[in-house]
Amino acid sequence: MSRENANEEGDPGHGGPTNGFRARIVAFFCNWCTYTAADLAGVSRLKHSPHFRIIRVMCSGRVDPQFVLEAFARGADGVLIGGCHPGDCHYMEGNYKCLRRFHLLKRVLGDMGIAAERLRLEWISASEGERVKTVVNELVAQVTALGPLGMPGRFADWDLEMKHLEAAVAGAGGGGEAVAAGPEAARGREEAVIHVG
Amino acid sequence: MTDTVDTMEQVWNEGQRRAAATYATRRLTIDPITRLEGHGKIDIFLDAAGDVERAYFQVPELRGFEQFCVGRPAEDMPQITSRVCGVCPTAHHMAATKALDALYQVEPPPAAKKLRELVYNAFMLEDHALHVYVLGGPDFLVGPEAPKEMRNLIGVIQKFGVATGQRVISMRRRIREIVGTLGGKPIHPVLGLPGGVAKPLAEADRARFAEVAKEGLEFAQFTLQVFKDVVLANPEYVRLITADAYTHRTYYMGLVDERNRTAFYDGQVRVVDPEGVEFARFPIASYLDHIAEHVEPWSYVKFCYLKQLGWRGFVDGKESGVYSVAPLARLNAAEGFATPEAEAARAELFAALGGRPVHHTLANHWARVVEMIAAAERLRELLADPEITSTDVRVIPRATPKVGIGVVEAPRGTLIHHYETDERGLIRKANLIVATQGNSARMAMSVERAAKSLIHGGAVSEGLLNKVEMAFRAYDPCHGCAAHTLPGQMGLIARLIAPDGTVVRTIER
Amino acid sequence: MSANPKIALYWCASCGGCEESVVDLAESILDVVGAVDIVLWPVAMDFKRADIEAMADGSIAVALVNGAVRSSEQEEMVHLLRRKSALVVAYGSCAHQGGIPGLANQFSREDLLRTVYEESPSTVNPERTRPALRVVEDGREVTLPELWQVVRPLGAVIDVDYTIPGCPPTAKLLAGALAAILAGQLPPRGAVLAPDVALCDECPRKDSKPVDLAITEFRRPHLVKLDPDRCFLAQGVLCMGPATRSGCEALCIGGWMPCTGCFGPTSRVADQGAKILSSLAANIEPKTDEEIVTMLAGIPDPVGTFYRYGLAASRLRAKIAEREIAGREIAGREPKP
Repeated sequence: MSRENANEEGDPGHGGPTNGFRARIVAFFCNWCTYTAADLAGVSRLKHSPHFRIIRVMCSGRVDPQFVLEAFARGADGVLIGGCHPGDCHYMEGNYKCLRRFHLLKRVLGDMGIAAERLRLEWISASEGERVKTVVNELVAQVTALGPLGMPGRFADWDLEMKHLEAAVAGAGGGGEAVAAGPEAARGREEAVIHVG
Repeated sequence: MTDTVDTMEQVWNEGQRRAAATYATRRLTIDPITRLEGHGKIDIFLDAAGDVERAYFQVPELRGFEQFCVGRPAEDMPQITSRVCGVCPTAHHMAATKALDALYQVEPPPAAKKLRELVYNAFMLEDHALHVYVLGGPDFLVGPEAPKEMRNLIGVIQKFGVATGQRVISMRRRIREIVGTLGGKPIHPVLGLPGGVAKPLAEADRARFAEVAKEGLEFAQFTLQVFKDVVLANPEYVRLITADAYTHRTYYMGLVDERNRTAFYDGQVRVVDPEGVEFARFPIASYLDHIAEHVEPWSYVKFCYLKQLGWRGFVDGKESGVYSVAPLARLNAAEGFATPEAEAARAELFAALGGRPVHHTLANHWARVVEMIAAAERLRELLADPEITSTDVRVIPRATPKVGIGVVEAPRGTLIHHYETDERGLIRKANLIVATQGNSARMAMSVERAAKSLIHGGAVSEGLLNKVEMAFRAYDPCHGCAAHTLPGQMGLIARLIAPDGTVVRTIER
Repeated sequence: MSANPKIALYWCASCGGCEESVVDLAESILDVVGAVDIVLWPVAMDFKRADIEAMADGSIAVALVNGAVRSSEQEEMVHLLRRKSALVVAYGSCAHQGGIPGLANQFSREDLLRTVYEESPSTVNPERTRPALRVVEDGREVTLPELWQVVRPLGAVIDVDYTIPGCPPTAKLLAGALAAILAGQLPPRGAVLAPDVALCDECPRKDSKPVDLAITEFRRPHLVKLDPDRCFLAQGVLCMGPATRSGCEALCIGGWMPCTGCFGPTSRVADQGAKILSSLAANIEPKTDEEIVTMLAGIPDPVGTFYRYGLAASRLRAKIAEREIAGREIAGREPKP
């Protein structure tokens, strides 16, 4: 498959429903299996895409859940972990540890409002080049459909409340838009009646 | 259209400027209030003559325990809810633990109940001592209008001597060690489990603590003597205590045993009316029939009142649902104490102040010392009980959890924890009626009345403002407790009303 | 005018336990008080905000600030104290990591509003009144601070020089830190003033902690008999010890209950909850998806257990989605896509 074709077929970021949103994926691939398979598949074009980064680790058991959280916190929309099939781990037990962490981490992510589909774990052996491409394409499509997670933007939004105070303290006050004081607006809001004139 | 908007903006800003200018000359603010647990401020508004028109006692803090406990395992509640307050963590811990007993329908073994009561009375004793010597007490021990720098523990030590100071500090430390030994640590202990406690009491510790308890009782009596010598022997202070400025006639609430004697750890809730006649007596499981909470827009704390009477506003009297909790209220709501020295001290208090019930808010300071004696006596009893060193301290719960309600008398009043869980024991809903909420209405009233009585013709001094603060300090409020909730805040809608009463414009922020 | 260094103690969204921990210096508090001038300590002394505002910038030697930051008033105060102080110390779990109040970050402010004012079973409020930023009654205006959407540790709001961890810190830890501060013998700025090793190191049960854990079941402590001498993890009971800094003398273990993580992580860990998750999960026995999921169900509340004190300081900071609406309300505009 030519590099051009691979790029077009493999990149679902074009013309999606979210107006050109390109899902940012971080992939942790274990050296012995998945990373080798990725090389074999010639997905180096994908690797070079700014929206898809592969980080090679010696074993999927090396993937500290902190890495996953860090990736999301820095702007990843999805995280993919690739390791050897159960029983085939170069270090015997590493991939089982990864599997156990993965299940618990998914629960925590869910409890923190992050969609389960954003984190994916796949067992991919060194010879399964096609599988790498399939999985990557699937994940990108799923995450694109979910839309951006955008943690850095959210952090900045939340921090606006502190800047809001700064502005208020600096004297930037005054009126806002006029709204009719209907029952909907009045509910849950305190009316302050100021008599002027 | 643009012209109209600019004009409206100008009107709005002009109104604000004028209001601000007026307020600057007519408003006194005490910020923050001090020598209590928690945050608060008092805004006093003067009329043109310089007399007090209105005073607001505001609690500006919230954290949201009732919400963020949702989804948590119920067995975590004793340690999570203890963080409502680090001054009275053991109160929350114990109310939560008792709620867990109810939740799992499990009865702890007798030794476990005694251990809990032991920890609890130790805590009551040292927490009350904290208030007497560090929080509110210095107002009397050093003087209400003493220099600001002196109205605290340091001032107390300077006045009464280093030896006395060391005695107070050492006593508290050793009593808190009882909580620390049985509960891991005195601040946020860990002992509470449904069906018992985590750890039994070793005999070596029991013997040591029995000595501490004996000293503790002597210390409580010493504190009463100090109070008599310094406060009751001073006619000016007695006038202050009995002054109308610090008096309200409300209902009173406290836990009592089967003979209507004050109970700290367990009992039924008893409420008496302003004449001391029993108005209600109920098990805590029915609290929702009797206790309701009222909301005001100017404070985050909610105000408890008696549901059957309804909310009639910040007024006292028999028709109003406003009630009071904590030491004076407990003395008023009960017929006596179960231990002899406390009973004698209680009788003395009522004899001196004209019989039961006593409505003088500042008498809370005296009632608190009486309760120190009660706690110390109970502590001695429990440590002399042979069952206290039993190792049978836990029953493993078997029932499926659903609903549990627990109550204790916290130092600052009746404290209720109410949990509803799913079948795995994860919290679905939590409701906390926290001690100081039982006093929040009366406190607001006390602050306003004190301000109105003390401030005239605009004459104000730092000492006078402290006397206004004394109106709340007597209750030993715990605003961390009172403001466990998190109502958040909403924006402001301002309606500009023309002199003829029509709404000219509404501005929303 | 005393030549003693000035010390300020202040509390934000706090329970007062850190204040009590200072009082728990007990007899040695008299030495401390003799060596310093306390210029602010609302729990015990009558100095007011105006007293601090009147002081010269940098004239306070050390400000010990406890509590998480979650309101406009608290934010103003910590900025004020930062200006007036040479050193600011984050004192206790809440200032360090947001603490237990940080659990509110799993919910939105609107959730809390509804729960407290509309769904509380004991609250009677048919008009749906809620506390307001500003109330004007007959020409009198009173204000309340604005509550933020998100709970923050102190270090997220101002520069913090040192941290004394714990919920609360022990008197011993405080005494050591104070002595170091007053003698000017401090580690590099930014340090947490407690040993940089996990709790297991000082735990009285460490001899029974297995090298290879292989957990077969997670057991909730109230449902099982607990062995008072054996490592909790070896008994299948969750203990935060491996992911928690030592220095507390394992007090909770001394109370026969497991560690809940209040000292925060060591310096080598960025996210305490993720770290304990990693350690616990890796050490369970099962190898198949189904068995793993079943066994992990024995941990009913991972967020509340792993992040009990550190949710606000976690890499994710707060639960998302609900906050979009709030973001619009606050900012008055669309949040960034």
